[in-house]
Amino acid sequence: MVSIGCVIKNPGNSRNNKTGSWRTFKPILDKEKCIDCDNCILFCPDGSVNKQHDIDYDYCKGCGICANECPSDAIEMVKE
Amino acid sequence: MVDIPDKDLLAPGHRGCAGCGASIAVKLALNALGENTVAISATGCLEVMTTPYPESSWEVPFIHVAFENSGAVASGVESALRIQGKDDVNVVAFGGDGGTVDIGLQSLSGAMERGHNMLYICYDNEAYMNTGIQRSGATPYGASTTTSPNGTASFGEDKPKKNMPMIMAAHGIPYVATASIAYPEDYVNKVKKAAETKGAAYIHLQQPCTTGWGYPSEKTIEMGRLAVETGSWILYEIVDGKFEITYRPEERKPVKEYLAPQKRFRHLDEEHIEKIQKYVDAECKELGL
Amino acid sequence: MVKEVMTSNKAVAEAVRLAKPQVIPVYPITPQTTISEYLAQYVADEKIDAKYVKVESEHSAISAAVGASGAGVRVFTATSSQGLMLMHEILFAAAGMRVPIVLADANRAISAPLNIWNDQQDSIAQRDAGWLQIYVENAQEALDTTLMAYKIAENPNVLLPTMVCLDGFILTHTVEPVEIPDQESVDKFLPPYVPEHAFLDPKQPMSIGNFADPNYYTEARHDMDVAMTNSIEVIQKTCDEFAEIFERKYGLVEAYKTEDAEIIFVAMGSLCSTIRVIVDQLREKGEKVGLLKIRAYRPFPVEAINEAVANCEKIAVIDKNFSFGIGGALYADMKVKIDKEIYGFIAGLGGRDIIPEYIIEAYEKTKAPENDVTWLGLKEE
Repeated sequence: MVSIGCVIKNPGNSRNNKTGSWRTFKPILDKEKCIDCDNCILFCPDGSVNKQHDIDYDYCKGCGICANECPSDAIEMVKE
Repeated sequence: MVDIPDKDLLAPGHRGCAGCGASIAVKLALNALGENTVAISATGCLEVMTTPYPESSWEVPFIHVAFENSGAVASGVESALRIQGKDDVNVVAFGGDGGTVDIGLQSLSGAMERGHNMLYICYDNEAYMNTGIQRSGATPYGASTTTSPNGTASFGEDKPKKNMPMIMAAHGIPYVATASIAYPEDYVNKVKKAAETKGAAYIHLQQPCTTGWGYPSEKTIEMGRLAVETGSWILYEIVDGKFEITYRPEERKPVKEYLAPQKRFRHLDEEHIEKIQKYVDAECKELGL
Repeated sequence: MVKEVMTSNKAVAEAVRLAKPQVIPVYPITPQTTISEYLAQYVADEKIDAKYVKVESEHSAISAAVGASGAGVRVFTATSSQGLMLMHEILFAAAGMRVPIVLADANRAISAPLNIWNDQQDSIAQRDAGWLQIYVENAQEALDTTLMAYKIAENPNVLLPTMVCLDGFILTHTVEPVEIPDQESVDKFLPPYVPEHAFLDPKQPMSIGNFADPNYYTEARHDMDVAMTNSIEVIQKTCDEFAEIFERKYGLVEAYKTEDAEIIFVAMGSLCSTIRVIVDQLREKGEKVGLLKIRAYRPFPVEAINEAVANCEKIAVIDKNFSFGIGGALYADMKVKIDKEIYGFIAGLGGRDIIPEYIIEAYEKTKAPENDVTWLGLKEE
């Protein structure tokens, strides 16, 4: 059974798809070094960093943009 | 500073590549526009990775119809909203460079010329990425793609990219801008300005693509920044016909620094790099950078 | 109720005015153009409260129509021939997205050679797009069918776009007396469109026009087939409701002197008027002949056709279209679904007049068949 015209009436439900399983490298944030620039939030393609700079490993694909864009080297990419 | 919302309007769980620039582009735009927005997308990476039935990443109303018609679809959506008195709803259409500068150009031109109160954002990754990195009218000079490959008789794409933002400006619409995902504050300000504009607005956004350009996934923003810092991508806006540069690099870096990390340019010899540098210099001179 | 003399294009425009669509994206093309002109004038004169979208092509006309219908409003568009061909891709998308757009097609031949005159190849080429197709015979039927098309398309058991097909020039540019229903009666017959399955509202976000992988695509297409089948009953019911209010009777098909007929002509559109005259002439000569006019071509009304042809011996199908190596599309469909001795005739391509002699020839060649398919009026020098 599909909905009429395959319309999706509960969008945002891609959250069911835990893309964290794609990851080979994992970003680890050292909050002591964090200067609250929010780069990691703004530049995350997967919306996986919240306002408190907690990383949501359910969705983080491990691209490493956050670590690359961190001006205080507070994020380290470690092998899963 | 860019406001950080409690919840992104582009939900995670989408199928974009690790390091996908298009996701950043759309996330920032939707967050800037807010919930009172209807989004339209052309067929392409964005549409495929965000709406595999029965899952969607769009927390705002979303419609996709085909590859070449998002300008017209947006025209219909906009007309339907306005006739119902929903004048405050933002209408934003997204198309990749292929869906915008090539196959969707006519449809977009019509929408812009008619002056629908909408914003069109072209997320330009400079080739057809969804089908596997074929050249588009937005592919830059020298780039090797699967249909403009480097070979014994070829150095890759042999024409500079189509100047889409100026084509849009020639429509006489009240707002045209270029932007880069590597400069979120500049980009988000432009999205907000475009949304406040009465009438048609167009943003041409450079969006580096890890898969298509051939650089490591962590360098998506770095590539965007290098494009701007070398003058290969110039950030400007044209408001009611008035042109203004919105960001000036302190000192323009050699274009080689932008080309070197990318696989699509790796085959280029000094002669071609020099030619690209001249292109860039000429463009910067023309626009006053 | 007002009676006026008008073309079928004007009749369609009048129906659209009465149906009150809110968005009208339309692009001019011969012989549809006057529909686009009338509607532009109605909007300019505030006779319709609609956005008239002056699109730059038919492709954008149908695309804007899908966008607007997807956003949740009633929509009208119209085209013809090359314009319908340019819409082809999006016609499929519209049906798959289940947006109940109504489109009037002024039937015209397809290039090359370029030709602006009537045949039905354009809409026949869209046969499998998932649209309902209803062919009309005259201006009154064009008006009435356009009104009914909305009610049918928007029925929750259907939700498929609907094409009203009217013969170019023969109908679109000739005038006939037409009864124009009053707005009050139309409002009673056709309430406003209230979409439930798909609309674009920030207060209730949904995603429309999604990507479906092999796990879902088959079911989505099958659902369309179910909806198309459902539409058979909905069309009949809608025609009955229409007759109750407006006192004009329509159906899926229209049978004329078929009950005792040995040979029955089957055709669509304005040609039926000519055939009806020939049937009467042949009847005067003692020939047992009748006519079955197909109004609904998609859905294909097998049961209604079987009922009408139950007693006949042979069937002569006259098509204004052609499928290479097969014959006419209606002929082919009849051969597949109707268990009778059936012969096909191709006539009226690119505006060639279908004169009475051709119809009599078809009758003779059905009585004493030479070929399965015969081209009528072919110049052989």
